[in-house]
Amino acid sequence: MLVYLSQRLLMMIPLLIGITLISFVVIHLAPGEPTDMQTDLNPKSRVDMRDRLRERYNLDKPLYIQYGLWMKQIVTLDFGESFAQDHRPVLEKIGERMPITILINVLSIVVILAVAVPIGILSAVRRNSMFDRGTTIFVFLGFAMPSFWLALLMMDYFGVRLGIFPVAGLKSIGYDYMSPGRQYLDIAHHLIMPVFVSAFGGLAGFSRYMRSNMLEVIRQDYILTARAKGLSERVVIYKHALRNALLPVITILGLYIPGLIGGSVIFETIFAIPGMGKLFYDGVMMRDYPLIMGILVIGAVLTLIGNLLADISYAMADPRIRKG
Amino acid sequence: MRFLFIILFFLLAGCEQQQPVVPAEGDAAKAAHGDTFIEASIGEPTNLLPVLSSDSASSDINSLVYNGLIRYDKNLQLEGELAESWEISEDNLSFTFHLRKDVTWHDGAPFTSADVLFTYQMYIDPDVPTSYAEDFLQVAKAEALDPYTFRVTYEEPYAPALGSWAISIHPKHLLEGKEITKSPLSRSPIGTGPYKFAKWDAGEKVELLSNPDYFEGQPYIHRVVYRVIPDTSTQFLELQSGGLDLMGLTPIQYKTQTDTPASIRNFNKYRYLSFSYTYLGFNLTKPLFQDKRVRQAISHAINKQELIDGVLLGLGHVATGPYKPDTWVYNADVKRYAYKPELSRTLLAEAGWIDSDGDGVLDKDGEKFAFTIVTNQGNDLRSKTAEIIQRRLKEVGITIEIRVVEWATFLKEFIFTGNFDATILGWSGGPAPDQYNIWHSSKTAPRELNFVKFSNKEVDELLESGRRTFDQNERKRIYDRFQEILAEEQPYTFLYVGKSLPAVAKRFRGIEPSPAGITHNFIKWYVPASEQKYNR
Repeated sequence: MLVYLSQRLLMMIPLLIGITLISFVVIHLAPGEPTDMQTDLNPKSRVDMRDRLRERYNLDKPLYIQYGLWMKQIVTLDFGESFAQDHRPVLEKIGERMPITILINVLSIVVILAVAVPIGILSAVRRNSMFDRGTTIFVFLGFAMPSFWLALLMMDYFGVRLGIFPVAGLKSIGYDYMSPGRQYLDIAHHLIMPVFVSAFGGLAGFSRYMRSNMLEVIRQDYILTARAKGLSERVVIYKHALRNALLPVITILGLYIPGLIGGSVIFETIFAIPGMGKLFYDGVMMRDYPLIMGILVIGAVLTLIGNLLADISYAMADPRIRKG
Repeated sequence: MRFLFIILFFLLAGCEQQQPVVPAEGDAAKAAHGDTFIEASIGEPTNLLPVLSSDSASSDINSLVYNGLIRYDKNLQLEGELAESWEISEDNLSFTFHLRKDVTWHDGAPFTSADVLFTYQMYIDPDVPTSYAEDFLQVAKAEALDPYTFRVTYEEPYAPALGSWAISIHPKHLLEGKEITKSPLSRSPIGTGPYKFAKWDAGEKVELLSNPDYFEGQPYIHRVVYRVIPDTSTQFLELQSGGLDLMGLTPIQYKTQTDTPASIRNFNKYRYLSFSYTYLGFNLTKPLFQDKRVRQAISHAINKQELIDGVLLGLGHVATGPYKPDTWVYNADVKRYAYKPELSRTLLAEAGWIDSDGDGVLDKDGEKFAFTIVTNQGNDLRSKTAEIIQRRLKEVGITIEIRVVEWATFLKEFIFTGNFDATILGWSGGPAPDQYNIWHSSKTAPRELNFVKFSNKEVDELLESGRRTFDQNERKRIYDRFQEILAEEQPYTFLYVGKSLPAVAKRFRGIEPSPAGITHNFIKWYVPASEQKYNR
């Protein structure tokens, strides 16, 4: 096991270098440079100003040297300074945005699991019943509905017309003057709509997955055995079938790990939530290379770790994999 | 006739207000301190050191935190801010500013001429990555004569220079000898302005509190909050739910979505011309557009009022040149291009373009009259404008293709390389009339702003003398002639000037619409004590 683990870890290094190299080249292929946003079509800016800025950011050097310089920094875990006008360290900017993105993603996964797993089980057990068809329509509605549209409708109805939920943002204007307890409630109040919208779209995938897993498991011989033993249907489904049907979910959860830090631009923009998606998007629009690379590297590392964790935990949970 | 036109003009262009603010009777309308004003911006401010930032969110905040030596008043004339008065030397080469003696920085330190000198040195420092050095590189000598007198001398008379001293003055005692880009002031600024920085929640909001020691008196509104709300639909919903107190509306929001009883009860809407215009610019190096008659014909073939009605829902004004119609420099007596398709066809025929094969498209020497309009993605108004123009030009026999391209690619592959036929773009200007960078024939290098390659000897001379002349009457004469030539030559078809359409929560009083907009007297806005919404 230890050998396997260290092999996998070692394999990650060339993979990571490859990822950064490709990302670095690709983002530099896009036309436009960070300095352009400050100087292009700006009547107050002179052309030589642009050269001065380019020199400052090493943009006048060949690409491979730029990559080398970046690599030299990154191996010491220095992600560099943003090219944006705030000139702040990339890690600081990412650090600011990360917690809220993770919070919303975790909450939404919890909601998805809490709703989709029971739906999946019941749909499988009562296959083709009214419940199965009704929930299928419901979850696919969520899947098909554009999240920005749903968000705007909810904001208009619950925020403007009924006035029971705040339209957007994370905190009320008076947040700083509230007691700590009220502050938690205030944030929770602001999070209800965003979490609902982001979970609603994810229900379909999980519940259908759960349903098909469950259907497959129910057909297995050991379920027949369990039933033949005279176990109650409850025990058969929730003890024997469910445990086996849940196994592949571990893999999916592992694949979710990089997704935890990836926000959705549209969603964050609509709800005015300062998350990773918007940060990355703005970085791309401004050609803020250090920031883009920083987020990509963190995302790549998390993806690789997520895969590894999924494999390991799968092996731990399922003896068949370990022995095979 | 002329008189009538002027009246009409003011009706159309002056600052109109939907519902005049009628102050309520008695105590309710008395000016009172307190309450919070909430605004939104699409992007997060980048940097609260004005020397380093060029985005509008930062400059909105900076304009309340910092002061300049001078500023534009509500009628767009220069007036003193940190400078009590100023003198211009006989030879027009040096300005002497007499500074106010009652100004302190937000940390209590006194403001002196050393701060002004330091600010100037910082702007021209090659290690400071600012995009605003140009105006200050023309300075030959800057000196602090005594703590309250600052003199700056130029190598040659340079009229735009005076307006350039409206830049924010930075505190020397906090920035001197430090690396500017690493200064903590970029996240928590210290200025001399009416509001003090209080708090910045990254990605969420910036809060300012009124400065009780402000030299023009403490502002009435106690707290100002800038929320970051990237989506304009969300902003609009926030406005309706009371989460915002001011928002610039789109024409459709102004016309049809804010006439509900609730909106009328809660908001005052204003409208005034904005400092920007939209144009169809021709690449003058292309043989197609070298004949002036062709450009004039295109201008006659486009119905500008139709564009305003269709694209801006009537909330705009026909543009005749590069200046905003309610400023002193604007010349209303230039050649105008009314919608006259007949005249357009005649002009095109004179230039040799006729439909000889009867297919509905003009041709000359076997070439069809066809060209492509490029514009940038993300500006709906521009692509709609292009489509309406496409249809109108088809009626006179010109085929147009439209290409909408992402901004960076648009600039790099089309505009700066001169690889385009015509483009729809807009310019935003300020109150200063200098247009040297856009129209002078020397400004045609790649990345410079005269990308249509307009070259006219007389215009060059006018622009140069406009920069050297300080007398406003004389300048008016120069820029009037400049506008006449542009109107005659039509290097652009000037299309329309849009309107700013702010909505402000009704509890705010003291708003005075003027050519400069509504926020020029923000520190005098107030909410009567009985209507205050936030008590902290």
